[in-house]
Amino acid sequence: MATGGFPLLTVLTFVPALGAVAVALLPGEAKRAIRGVATGALAVPLLIVVGMLFAFRYGQAGLQFVQRVDWIPAWHVQYFLGIDGLSLVMLLLSALIGVLAAIASYSIDQRVKEYFVWFLILQTGILGVFCAQDLILFIFFFDIVLLPMYFLIAIWGGPRREYAAPTSQIYTFTGSVLMLVAFLAIYFLTGAQSFAIPDLPALISQHIGHGVQLLLFAVIFVGFAIKLPVVPFHTWLPDAHVEAPTPISVILAAVLLKIGGYGLLRIAEPLLPVAAHTLAPLLGVMGVVNIIYGALAAMSQHDFKKLVAYSSVSHMGFVLLGIAVATPLGIAGAIFVMVSHGLISAMLFLMVGVFYDRTHTRELSRLGGMYRTLPLAGTILAFAALGNLGLPALSGFIGEFFTLTGVFGSFRVLAFWTVVGLVLVAAFNLMLMQRVVMGPVRPEWKELAPMSARELVTLVPLMGGILLLGTVPAVLVNVINTPAAQIVARLGGG
Amino acid sequence: MLNTPPCVGSCSEFPRLPRAGRRGADASTVCAPAAAPLGAEKAVTCLLSLGWLVPLLALLGYVGHVFLGQRAKQWSALFGIVALALGFALSVGMLAQTIGGASIDVSVPWLSMGGINVPMGFSIGPLQAVMLTMVTFVSCFIEIYSMGYMKGDIRYNRFFANVTLFVAGMLTAVVANNFILFFAAWEIMGLCSYLLIGHWFEDPANGRAATKAFLVTRIGDVGLLLGIWWCFTLTHTFQFAALPGDLAALHLPAATLNAIALLIFLGAVGKSAQVPLQIWLPDAMAGPTPISALIHAATMVAAGVYLVARTYPIFQMAPSALFWVGLVGAVSAFIPATIACVQTDIKKVLAYSTISQLGYMMLGLGVGAMEAGIFHLLTHAFFKALLFLAAGSVIHAAGTQNMHEMGGLWKKQRWTAATFIIGSLALAAIPPMSGFFSKDAILAAAYVSPDPVFYWLGTVAAGLTAYYMTRVVLMTFFGSPRSEHVYEHAHESPAVMVVPLVVLAVPAAALGLAAGFLRHLLAPGYIKPDVGLIEFVPLLFAIAGFLWAYALYTAPLARRAALLRSPLIAAPYTLFKQLWFFDHAGSVVTYVLGLGPSFVIGAFDRYVVDGLVNACGSLCLWLGRMCRRLSVGNAQAYMLTIAVAVVIGLVALQFQAMGG
Repeated sequence: MATGGFPLLTVLTFVPALGAVAVALLPGEAKRAIRGVATGALAVPLLIVVGMLFAFRYGQAGLQFVQRVDWIPAWHVQYFLGIDGLSLVMLLLSALIGVLAAIASYSIDQRVKEYFVWFLILQTGILGVFCAQDLILFIFFFDIVLLPMYFLIAIWGGPRREYAAPTSQIYTFTGSVLMLVAFLAIYFLTGAQSFAIPDLPALISQHIGHGVQLLLFAVIFVGFAIKLPVVPFHTWLPDAHVEAPTPISVILAAVLLKIGGYGLLRIAEPLLPVAAHTLAPLLGVMGVVNIIYGALAAMSQHDFKKLVAYSSVSHMGFVLLGIAVATPLGIAGAIFVMVSHGLISAMLFLMVGVFYDRTHTRELSRLGGMYRTLPLAGTILAFAALGNLGLPALSGFIGEFFTLTGVFGSFRVLAFWTVVGLVLVAAFNLMLMQRVVMGPVRPEWKELAPMSARELVTLVPLMGGILLLGTVPAVLVNVINTPAAQIVARLGGG
Repeated sequence: MLNTPPCVGSCSEFPRLPRAGRRGADASTVCAPAAAPLGAEKAVTCLLSLGWLVPLLALLGYVGHVFLGQRAKQWSALFGIVALALGFALSVGMLAQTIGGASIDVSVPWLSMGGINVPMGFSIGPLQAVMLTMVTFVSCFIEIYSMGYMKGDIRYNRFFANVTLFVAGMLTAVVANNFILFFAAWEIMGLCSYLLIGHWFEDPANGRAATKAFLVTRIGDVGLLLGIWWCFTLTHTFQFAALPGDLAALHLPAATLNAIALLIFLGAVGKSAQVPLQIWLPDAMAGPTPISALIHAATMVAAGVYLVARTYPIFQMAPSALFWVGLVGAVSAFIPATIACVQTDIKKVLAYSTISQLGYMMLGLGVGAMEAGIFHLLTHAFFKALLFLAAGSVIHAAGTQNMHEMGGLWKKQRWTAATFIIGSLALAAIPPMSGFFSKDAILAAAYVSPDPVFYWLGTVAAGLTAYYMTRVVLMTFFGSPRSEHVYEHAHESPAVMVVPLVVLAVPAAALGLAAGFLRHLLAPGYIKPDVGLIEFVPLLFAIAGFLWAYALYTAPLARRAALLRSPLIAAPYTLFKQLWFFDHAGSVVTYVLGLGPSFVIGAFDRYVVDGLVNACGSLCLWLGRMCRRLSVGNAQAYMLTIAVAVVIGLVALQFQAMGG
């Protein structure tokens, strides 16, 4: 594991934070300058990640671009960054969504400076989570994410923000505390003298008994399950989504939920493989429950944004299922679903914003006929909804199809239940389209402004990505094959 | 495993059965009879190796519609038409080559994921060549017809774009050599069907019909998915060519093979609108009539039949599954035929008749006569497309679909009426029309099968078919006009619509001539069972049906009304009129399994799960208030608390010491 060299990951992670400082120094009235600086600070990580795509050695197992120095020597905490293929795709996703969400944030007109300061800090936290290879550093970035989210929802949110912001904070913070407890327990029980993730698995299997491992896994799992979210720890999500401003919803759905799945794959599974293996059937059942429960709950919603939020709950069930399968195919499928859902949910939330900005309502019963009034927006929403229901040639299909191919091999009964979920997922997406884009033109929405170029700029890259991953999935799969195989190898080694 | 470079074709002697390729990507190009010199046929083979171009042309047509269609105004239709015409030419060339004994199966690496390799590719054999020729021909003329029918529609270009994308999907499904590409194309077809049923989405009923069609077929699709996953789990391949051999080599228990085949069949039941998933097809008539002709009669709904034919070797290993195919087919031939007899909407009659005819095809497959089923698929595609387009011409002229408002249109629409009657004769299986030969082949095979009930259901349905088509023809074109307004309004359609009718009437009438040729091409060893005079029993039923309908529908209305008062007629009439209560059952299922649970979960989520979370929050707040009450600011109270704590601590230590 080489250290030294140019600290690319540090630059990647902290450029947005520097941008936050720069924005803070600008006068609050200079909105254009603030937006420009912020977008620039978010574009740098994207460019770096794109550059790394060329330098990355895809077939090589283990971490690359490693940077490892002592941080708090007394407690053996290290400043340890490094990425494998899994981190790489997550970085790419977050960096891309960061830029698009920033562009979508140009419509924010109040307290612009503060908004982008929080936004940029948030992005540093996100990028750090996906680079951190030390448990305490991970928690550090994990908690950095929480604080800006609180303010972004509580200040720029909708009418019930004062309920939603603290609820989601307390919930996620509980998760982070639980994880911290588990990490400390691992530290003390193993006498590891290290929080570095790659060092720990061997020590854990030597020093910690099976029962305690199960307990630790359960605690860490709950921490990430809140984030993913897994039913029944999910109710913070719809509230947070409904109250959050559009770009924050986009980040929440497209990136923050993925931290849950990423954490399971990066930390819970490799550190505690025996427990993961023991609890796999339970995880699988929870995955199926998520899919079906989320879809049924989505069907019953009257609020456009809430429906999309529950759709996320449903899709994260596939991630959980893939993780439970714990074969290279299942894990690769789960990662694929995460990326695909990142693109599709971002599109859906952007479209919610497009319609809300024009009609000022999210009541599904008040919308309708949008194919006619806003033909382009209607078509793009239909594209996103069809991607969401798993239409082949779009990315959603590939992830779900191959995850479930893996599920069928391991848990046949669950596969039979999952397909019930597939019908329900189709049902709520079709109901969504029927209520928003079809039906007669409503007189009150006869005159709506067509989509702006700025809105299209945020949507077109997502559409392109969804189509690309749906037809040439190899571009993503070739990156995640190695980490998926490595995760499974560790599980087998446990 | 995937080291084979793309498109490696090796010319070799042509084995009569499709060579069961090894799993993975192997390209087996088999061209021309062995006798031909190798060098000479190289050029000829290239035509088959262009098989992928047929769907791609249609896809390019779609792209043209999307990006240039708005600007091209009414000429945008030409994107699709030209693409399909070129595809047709290519298909005919390939058909000629497959007659010569050529076939091809080419794969290239596509995806390597989590340790599995998934190639992508296409294959062309006689079955594919015949299907490609039919699909490109029919769809090309339906698009030409649509130039007239959809003229002035506000979403004219969108209509053609979706139709062309649909054809691309259908052609892809035909040439796909593996389950993944096939399923992808299958779903794209479903999507286009959905979009086109909802073409006039301003009417909420059309949106509902579209959603219903998608969801009901989705139920079948997930069955197919399970079948695909099961096959893959056992054999590690998605390739059609390798699957049957690999499955056979595993010596699986019959129950497993039957389950796999039935799951695949479930997909076909949904797509081909077989009982009990037929309920979406009549509602799908909400789409523009050319769509009913192309998607909901000639091609997409037949894709289910094609799926069973494509995976037929799996079914042949699963006799119980094959029995179910036959049973579902026979029931689907019979029940919708009864419903068609009491419909008043001309398109609904044709829709139920489509389900019934698809039932015949399934019946043919179920009793082992694969080629007969496919032959009926072909003849049906022509005559049903013809019937729908002719009906569209009537609707276009009359401005209504209700046959009670028609009558006497023969005088106004000679060409339409004549071609409609040709289609009706073919549908009613009257010799020498094409339908007679194909239906006859199916029923003959059913007669010699172990389950004669299939034969009798099919035969009775043949009588019903003649009855309801006679009824439609009489109500629409003959008798006196029942609505002066409609009659006044009616006129013959423009040439752009009439010419396709005439063109389609030719194969509808004459394709029977090709019966022997097609049989030889599709199933070389198959000999049609000789059932002697039994062969003419279905024809007798058809004649009886014709006579009965003729007697009823040339008689005064009062006579028919009187007939309905007799309980012997009234009871089945009600049953048929209520669609055998399938739609009611469908609604119940939707509420019990979909909307009901959704309502319950929605409420549970809102009140119980979220309630518990809020209760936790409230509990914390309450505890906080309690604690605050403890902090009264009174030194004595604090001292007391400390004292109590110390005592408790000491007692606890004491207990521990005793325990230790």
